[in-house]
Amino acid sequence: MPTLFGTPVRRKEDPRLITGHGNYTDDIRLPDLLYAAILRSPYAHARIRSIDVGKARALPGVVAVFTGADIAGKVAPIPTGWIVPEADQKLPPHPALAQEKVRYVGDGVAMVVAESRAVAEDALEQIEADYEPLTPVVDAEQAIAPSAPLVHEDVPNNVVLHWQAGSDVATAQQAFASAEVAVHRRFKNQRLVPNAMEPRASVAQYNPGSGELTLWTTSQNPHIVRLLLSGVIGVPEQKLRVVAPDVGGGFGSKIPFYPEEALVSFAAMQLGRPVKWTETRSENFLATTHGRDQIQDVVLYGTKDGKIVGVEANILANMGAYLSTAAPGVPTILFGLILPGAYAIPHVRIDVKGVLTNTTPIEAYRGAGRPEATFIIERLVDEYAHEIDMDPVEVRRKNFIPADAFPYNTSTGLTYDSGNYELTLRKALDAVDYTQLRQRQEKLRKQGHLIGIGTCSYVEICGLGPSKVAGAVGFQGGLWESAIVRVHPSGKVNVYVGVSPHGQGEETTFAQIVADTVGVPIEDVSIVHGDTAAIPMGWGTYGSRTTPVGGSALALAAQKVADKAKRLAAHLLEASPDDVVMQDGLFQVKGVPQAQATFQQVALAAYTAWDLPEGEEPGLEASSFYDPPNFVYPFGTHLCVVEIDRETGNVHILRYVAVDDCGRVINPMIVEGQVHGGIVQGIGQALWEGAVYDDQGQLLSGSMMDYALPKASFFPRFEVYRTETPAPFNPLGVKGIGETGTIASTPTVVNAVLDALRPLGIEDLEMPLTPQRIWQALQQHGGDRS
Amino acid sequence: MIPAAFDYYRAKSIQEAFFAKQQAGADAKWIAGGHSLLPMMKLRLATPPALIDINEIDGLSGIRLQADGLVIGALTHHAEIAHSEEVVRTWPLLAQAAGLIGDRQVRNRGTIGGNLAHADPASDLPAVALALEATLVAEGPSGRREIPASEFFVGPMTTALSDDELLTQVRFPVPSGKVGSFYCKYPHPASGYAVVGVAAVAQLGPDGKFQAVRVGVTGVGMWAYRAETTEKELVGKLPTQENIASAAQHAVDETDVSQDLFASEQYRTHLAALYTVKALQAAVQAIQ
Ligand SMILES: Cc1cc2nc3c(=O)[nH]c(=O)nc-3n(C[C@H](O)[C@H](O)[C@H](O)COP(=O)(O)OP(=O)(O)OC[C@H]3O[C@@H](n4cnc5c(N)ncnc54)[C@H](O)[C@@H]3O)c2cc1C
Repeated sequence: MPTLFGTPVRRKEDPRLITGHGNYTDDIRLPDLLYAAILRSPYAHARIRSIDVGKARALPGVVAVFTGADIAGKVAPIPTGWIVPEADQKLPPHPALAQEKVRYVGDGVAMVVAESRAVAEDALEQIEADYEPLTPVVDAEQAIAPSAPLVHEDVPNNVVLHWQAGSDVATAQQAFASAEVAVHRRFKNQRLVPNAMEPRASVAQYNPGSGELTLWTTSQNPHIVRLLLSGVIGVPEQKLRVVAPDVGGGFGSKIPFYPEEALVSFAAMQLGRPVKWTETRSENFLATTHGRDQIQDVVLYGTKDGKIVGVEANILANMGAYLSTAAPGVPTILFGLILPGAYAIPHVRIDVKGVLTNTTPIEAYRGAGRPEATFIIERLVDEYAHEIDMDPVEVRRKNFIPADAFPYNTSTGLTYDSGNYELTLRKALDAVDYTQLRQRQEKLRKQGHLIGIGTCSYVEICGLGPSKVAGAVGFQGGLWESAIVRVHPSGKVNVYVGVSPHGQGEETTFAQIVADTVGVPIEDVSIVHGDTAAIPMGWGTYGSRTTPVGGSALALAAQKVADKAKRLAAHLLEASPDDVVMQDGLFQVKGVPQAQATFQQVALAAYTAWDLPEGEEPGLEASSFYDPPNFVYPFGTHLCVVEIDRETGNVHILRYVAVDDCGRVINPMIVEGQVHGGIVQGIGQALWEGAVYDDQGQLLSGSMMDYALPKASFFPRFEVYRTETPAPFNPLGVKGIGETGTIASTPTVVNAVLDALRPLGIEDLEMPLTPQRIWQALQQHGGDRS
Repeated sequence: MIPAAFDYYRAKSIQEAFFAKQQAGADAKWIAGGHSLLPMMKLRLATPPALIDINEIDGLSGIRLQADGLVIGALTHHAEIAHSEEVVRTWPLLAQAAGLIGDRQVRNRGTIGGNLAHADPASDLPAVALALEATLVAEGPSGRREIPASEFFVGPMTTALSDDELLTQVRFPVPSGKVGSFYCKYPHPASGYAVVGVAAVAQLGPDGKFQAVRVGVTGVGMWAYRAETTEKELVGKLPTQENIASAAQHAVDETDVSQDLFASEQYRTHLAALYTVKALQAAVQAIQ
């Protein structure tokens, strides 16, 4: 059998998903199903004077209406799952329905449960909620001002956490003070709305006889949901089943445990009938977590000849109105530790204040912290290069951690596993013939064209991660993974995994690994994920961990199965296991061609158990729990060429080159797909996307009419290349690829745009670099005419 | 996400439609493609007590090139207009504009009648109807009347149609002489609607000077309008870059310029002038 590892096997999940045969949460229909709808606060900050649900309750078809008062003491507050050590982190309560106060536009106030969704929505209009509006605070900087209103009374100054990290303060300060060059910048890493294609949904079914509750929900991590749900609604974990069926994208916004998951469960228990809630797109904008939102005051220190001495970052991270499940870890651990990026930077100081505001809670969003960090270092490197009159590419090269320095300990305490950063840069430059490209740019500039070239060399920390480290950094769980490989009597294979793919393609890549290891055709392998009643414990899919951690668990389990199959085959063939080889689904005894057993024969023998080797258990399955010894650190260089339309301020992306290294590649097509999607999402932040609140906390960009998600037609063909530096710490040698594109493309494009504008004296622009923003800058600098 | 409850009538003839309307009351709405009305109903921004479906009324759909003009039935879908040879041959900008509307699904469902009757401030076809001096044919219980495009768009999402009138067809005059036309659209990156859309028709006389200029503009103000100052400024002048650019400075004289998150008043004004230049230049270029 040819090995499948490394080949572009077509996605096994696609026929189901693209022919409308997927099974999403909203597709679940149960007998006697009730429908829930949530009344949401129209105010960003208000005291609830009264809620009158009388008319709503009286509406025919309405079964129940619950308010904050109805659930108090019955549904515990929504917990956060990350408590950052030594950060003075506060834990403001997050009631599933607002009690006394609403804290953002979209905060849940009441839930209607009705015979149909239409009636439920009608009933929402009949609820009379009376609010006393309070002054809201929207901007993180304003929120920490002494006179600012408090989002939570017991969180002084709205500072919910204060985290510092980096190298020794005194030495760092000294190094900073004596640096020849200091580049100061203030960046705003704007708030983004994740907008997974499938909005959130939850369906709960309760069996009063057994006390068992099943929750189908749009989650990236059903086991985490089960654990938290158990605590919130008081159903013991063994009686809870959480199922994440097909999930249509998450990008981090389906990591958190959400109020609605608790509410439908509570309602199903109260009413003895199953209850479904499905989010509208408008609700998705308001009530599903957002991403990013940092104000970054940063400094890069260096020598005049291009050696970076240090980086300093003072960050205000807007956390929204409540601390979402993984949110505290995003602007701290996942952000700060990777700040030095791909460079050997001796001194790094990071100071992060997490700030509460009257806005939608922030969570991980594709990249989660790492895009925000990479943006800082990669923008600063460009500015620094300009300051000392050096090509930015040269500065990068000069400061890269050299290929022979791995494993490399950073000044922030990480150990980068493996890398060859320079190689990815070289490859990207070669792809465009950089020297010639710069010459052509010069020529075109003289003709009046605004042409810009931007690069970014990044390193990412992902494959989360060693559980010991998870504990040390305050993640309230483990980060290992598990898998069961179960061969059935017919020789067909099910694989049960604790990770929870929701679009990434692991039903294919995992099947490739198992097929290769066990020696069966890929068609004979199906991956089962998402159902806590079927799968072993696992922590879910995020942080580009599914393949490095979940895949490793799977590879180890598959190897155990392969080993046992071989022992059984040897027994059947009356040979020593050492003399048995497996080829093309056949076990053969070396040198005895007629002594053969098919994999199916061996599987059947394992289950009939008529004749097993001494001491061997029946059955053919194995499980493995895998806790990675380190994170993985994929890296790469992206390069982009843009031209700016002087008349409109529009950015045209002429070329986009990506060179990524994610270690060994299981399926190049899927890797490429992840890279494409990541690039697009990152450029979305650079050029178009941005959640805009007014000063009253109303989300102005609250629909697809205003919030510009990138479309395929906005882009040229991406030129995608790879280098392959195996990950040394996991059995597959793989690193993550799910987030790299998003991490790299934002600064790449911003650097390119600013490179185009720099001759006009434009040094910085806030994202998104919309046509209007660029046009205004052009006007101010006399660049709107060629 | 779910509209408020409403009654639904399906009319098989114009008479049936009028009858249903009489029964259902003034707030009842015609529904054609539903691609403007239904989104508003789902958000409960519109809550008509009844919908009268006109899709099965015979004779309201189709494209005919007649002596008195290019006649397009109100129910004709954008896609059909975009691909029609008659349209491409007669008024290429109309096919162009229809082809730039929304996405494929929208073009397959949305109708020219619905688009004009809805009169969204950022719809494409109103600009074209204005520039082509189309005639809109309306029928009501009290008879049939013809409304010139210049009198049709009267306010934000408001037209000269009365509640019980049905737009049945749109008639575009057939060009004569040396005429060129072009539609230039700056689509909003999110919605795809026109941030600015300019439909330009240029006719040159034997002396090579503008004999007639018509410029319809959408997306800029609360309803589509003719940039009459720009038009007047150009008549009798040579189609030079300078003349066009200077006239286009008046592109927003006839409107109050809107602003939103994407485009401020200033930026939109700039785009209006810029796209007027582009559309006029392309229209001149299109003259055979
Ligand atoms: C995603 C999306 C993108 C879009 N993008 C664009 C775009 O880029 N440019 C653009 O111009 N449009 C765009 N549209 C709108 C689209 O063109 C609509 O189809 C059109 O505006 C309305 O036509 P309809 O047939 O769907 O009308 P309906 O939605 O059925 O009706 C709209 C209104 O017109 C009335 N009406 C309909 N027909 C008649 C009639 N014959 N006589 C009298 N009144 C009538 C109805 O009562 C209603 O008030 C978009 C729509 C969507 C959903």
